[in-house]
Amino acid sequence: MLAYNRQDFIRRMPEASHDLRRRRSFWRVVHLDPILLLLLLALTTFGLVVLYSASEGNSSLIKRQVVFFTIAYIGMFTVAQIRLDYFSRWSVLFYLGALGLLVLVLFFGVGAKGAQRWLSLGSIRFQPSEMMKLAMPIAIAAYLSNKSLPPRFKHVFWSLVLVAMPTVLIVKQPDLGTSILVAISGLVVLFYAGLRWRYILSAVVLLVASIWPMWHYVLHDYQRRRILTLFDPEADKLGAGWNIIQSKTAIGSGGVDGKGWLDGTQSHLDFLPESHTDFIIAVLAEEFGFMGVLGLIVLYLLIISRGLFIAINAQDSFRRLLAGSITLTFFVYVFVNIGMVSGLLPVVGVPLPLVSLGGTSLVTLMLGFGLLMGISTEPPRITHNR
Amino acid sequence: MQEHQHFKNYHIESRTFTGRVLLTSILILGLTAVLLYRYYSLQVINHEDYATQSDNNRILVQTISPQRGLIFDADGKLLADNRPSYILSLVPENIRNIDKTIELLRTLVTVNDSHVDDFYKSLKANRRPYQAIPLRFRLTEEEIAKIAVNEYRLDGVEVQAKLVRHYPAGALFAHSIGYVGKINDREWNNFDEEQIKRYQGVHTIGKIGLEKSYEDILFGEVGYRNVEVNARIRVLRTLEQQNPIQGKDLQLHIDSYLQQVAVDALGDRRGAVVAIDVETGGVLSIVSSPSYDPNLFVTGISHKNYNALRNSLDIPLFDRALQGRYPPASTVKPMMGLAGLSEKVISRSYKIFDPGYYQLENDNRLYRDWKRTGHGIVNVHKAIVQSSDTFFYDLAFRMGVDRIHNFGSQFGLGEKTGIDLPSERRGLWPSREWKKQTQRLPWFPGDTINLGIGQGYALATPLQLATMVTTIANRGKHLQPQVVKSVDGELLPPKIINQIETDDRYWDHIFKAMKDVMHASNGTARRAGSKSSYLMAGKTGTAQVVGIKQNEKYDSEALKERHRDHALFVGFAPLDNPKIAVSVIVENGESGSGTAAPIARKMFDAHLLHKKPTQQTTVKLASNILKYRSADSDSQSPLVELGPRSAD
Repeated sequence: MLAYNRQDFIRRMPEASHDLRRRRSFWRVVHLDPILLLLLLALTTFGLVVLYSASEGNSSLIKRQVVFFTIAYIGMFTVAQIRLDYFSRWSVLFYLGALGLLVLVLFFGVGAKGAQRWLSLGSIRFQPSEMMKLAMPIAIAAYLSNKSLPPRFKHVFWSLVLVAMPTVLIVKQPDLGTSILVAISGLVVLFYAGLRWRYILSAVVLLVASIWPMWHYVLHDYQRRRILTLFDPEADKLGAGWNIIQSKTAIGSGGVDGKGWLDGTQSHLDFLPESHTDFIIAVLAEEFGFMGVLGLIVLYLLIISRGLFIAINAQDSFRRLLAGSITLTFFVYVFVNIGMVSGLLPVVGVPLPLVSLGGTSLVTLMLGFGLLMGISTEPPRITHNR
Repeated sequence: MQEHQHFKNYHIESRTFTGRVLLTSILILGLTAVLLYRYYSLQVINHEDYATQSDNNRILVQTISPQRGLIFDADGKLLADNRPSYILSLVPENIRNIDKTIELLRTLVTVNDSHVDDFYKSLKANRRPYQAIPLRFRLTEEEIAKIAVNEYRLDGVEVQAKLVRHYPAGALFAHSIGYVGKINDREWNNFDEEQIKRYQGVHTIGKIGLEKSYEDILFGEVGYRNVEVNARIRVLRTLEQQNPIQGKDLQLHIDSYLQQVAVDALGDRRGAVVAIDVETGGVLSIVSSPSYDPNLFVTGISHKNYNALRNSLDIPLFDRALQGRYPPASTVKPMMGLAGLSEKVISRSYKIFDPGYYQLENDNRLYRDWKRTGHGIVNVHKAIVQSSDTFFYDLAFRMGVDRIHNFGSQFGLGEKTGIDLPSERRGLWPSREWKKQTQRLPWFPGDTINLGIGQGYALATPLQLATMVTTIANRGKHLQPQVVKSVDGELLPPKIINQIETDDRYWDHIFKAMKDVMHASNGTARRAGSKSSYLMAGKTGTAQVVGIKQNEKYDSEALKERHRDHALFVGFAPLDNPKIAVSVIVENGESGSGTAAPIARKMFDAHLLHKKPTQQTTVKLASNILKYRSADSDSQSPLVELGPRSAD
């Protein structure tokens, strides 16, 4: 408990004039990062525009998404108000709570297509794996920030145990895509904590060595098919290859400036599957062309840059690691989704962050951005790690 | 709890972190570049390919079938039209279980095993995906209603209104107009690319008769429609449309009335009648009896009906007029007489004594005359009027086969007439070369003698005989017989094949002889020619079906009906200004004068004496029908949907 008490000795410096100015600023009072907020608003608005087209102007669907956005923004705002110390202090509880729910999913989960991913509480359904996406980096960041960094073997080991437990549970659902993303959100913390290169190298070697047993013993048939489809979508034109052929056709036919909003034929004539969820970028690419894709990617890059900027300027290791992990995981989502829809990566169920239809992932992401905002707007303290 | 033992170096931690962030930033930029390149490659470099693919996805080319041209008789009477008929068809791609759907349909409408067999045959045949396959034709109103009520459990089942060929006169024109029928596998396989496109939406093609020979003209040109479809091939809208060019209408020389007269005159006898307009070569009537209803074939004939037609001893499917080959017998005698005169083998006054038989020197064989007592002193005129065989045995022997062959060929004997109907047979007008090639035997004098009376090897179709007598009536102008008078109102000119040059006096002489066949007191067809208000010319013939052995007495009573002689007649009328030439063959009719000649007389009377509506009313009638049709042919007509409705 000594570690937590350390903050009691932090002395504030009210006499520093620039700090005074910043303290008075409106944004500091509301605990919002204006640049990040602006970028997020731009992205979510653009997302709604695309979603409107993808859903064939289904206004009830758009209304629902707007409700989700509202909830998500409120959640973000709320989280931003909470002092970061609380997260670090209660990290163990978050983690154990999320882990417990994941265990419950194995027994009481509901879902479709042979996967149990959801917990149902009355009318509310949610995915505990989504909660783990936040609980994991908080837990590991909290754990490691107490230790002297770079982490020693023992701490690396325990961190890996923390990563492994939920990952295995999610794989069991089965939901390979989410499990990898959850694992990444934890591993990124280790990396940012300064994980030694020799560990990283041996991990890479281990990973390569495990490809063969993974392929034969861990992956399900449909997962193997998806990966094979990546290399040769034409082999099963109407089956597994259909999605990817149609999305590539949608993207490619968009050309430089697209077919125009609401004029995408691939999406509007139902050739493109999952057009308002995972494959929504194909709709964007078809209707807004390469310029639209470029715009979207630039927007994502700006958000990520801002996240990394906040991380670098954060006040201590916990905040740094957390902010870094949230930001980098966000990029991974973006990369995996955009890559899979264009046929670069196998099709795993990863939505396009903040654009695809869907409540749970949206809320989780925005809560993550809430944490970033909190980190960015916390009153400065005299710390040793400046 | 023991963590405080390791002192944290906050400065180093911060620096490590910043370093790692920089590293990940580079990684992020690199991966983003990969993504951007990927999209650049799809959207800019390979844009054309994907744009094409996207269009191929959504744009379907449908053919719009033109409406088949109508067929009218000489008076503008409609002989072949297109009528809407409701067809029950299935789109296999939209059906989960075809067997079950058919079972269900069987409980609603009449579907028998042959319908199902045909359906599965079509299913296996060449077809585009999502193209409906017909199961039942000619649905009744009640059946349509039953299907409509059960629509919710009949996914992929549709009722289409389609134009189906209809022949209002039924059996009257089965052989001449023919019929359209379902395109079979063999036909599909022989189609070229263009034809496959053309027939995709039609399913039927002219099989025999004019429907076959004028297929291209009657068909018109297919139109195309580019439609936008969704992933379930539901048609959403038409992007582009090229209208079909409707098939052209045919007007025939054939006169329905005359055709009916010929059919009635033949009654239930087997035979053929061909009547030709002497001036143009137009076929006024062409009948093969017995006939059948061509409408049976249009939507696919049932096995039962087909077998009944095919197995009938009377072979109704056989077109006797074009394909029946009969010994021309005495009907060639006027031509032979003319040949003798014009080759100067005989003169008009040349006489022989006919003892009732003919015999070659140094040969025992007797060539008998049909009249055992003989005709006494005979010249060419009397030989034709009384049909003396002996005279023509002698003439043939003196003329020789080569000259007979050459002269007869000018009348189209042994050659196809070139009529605008398919499947015509050429008959046989033998020559030395022919016999050498086909029988590997030399030509014997006896062969020539038999040829002189149109027996032996000689064979001719009723159409050839009609062409021959038309050529005589035209004094040597050999016209090609034509069934179609005009295409879309445009007259087809008569085609002259050749002109036989000989002295006019010879023609007069032969005409007179042929007139006396009909009108003289000793003419063989005097009864058929009696009491007429005009003069006619003709020649009877009786063709042996079974060769009669030497010295054997011919006894028609003893012979089975089908071994009796064929009765033949050729002739034309009126004598001075011939308008109509006719050939008649009655199978096993025994006597040309007794059976065949009266039929021809009825034809002459019908053509020359029957009052028909004037030409003016004819034109009006035809144009009325045309107007009715053009209103109907509008593709937007709610009653009739043209072309394939493959998707909904």
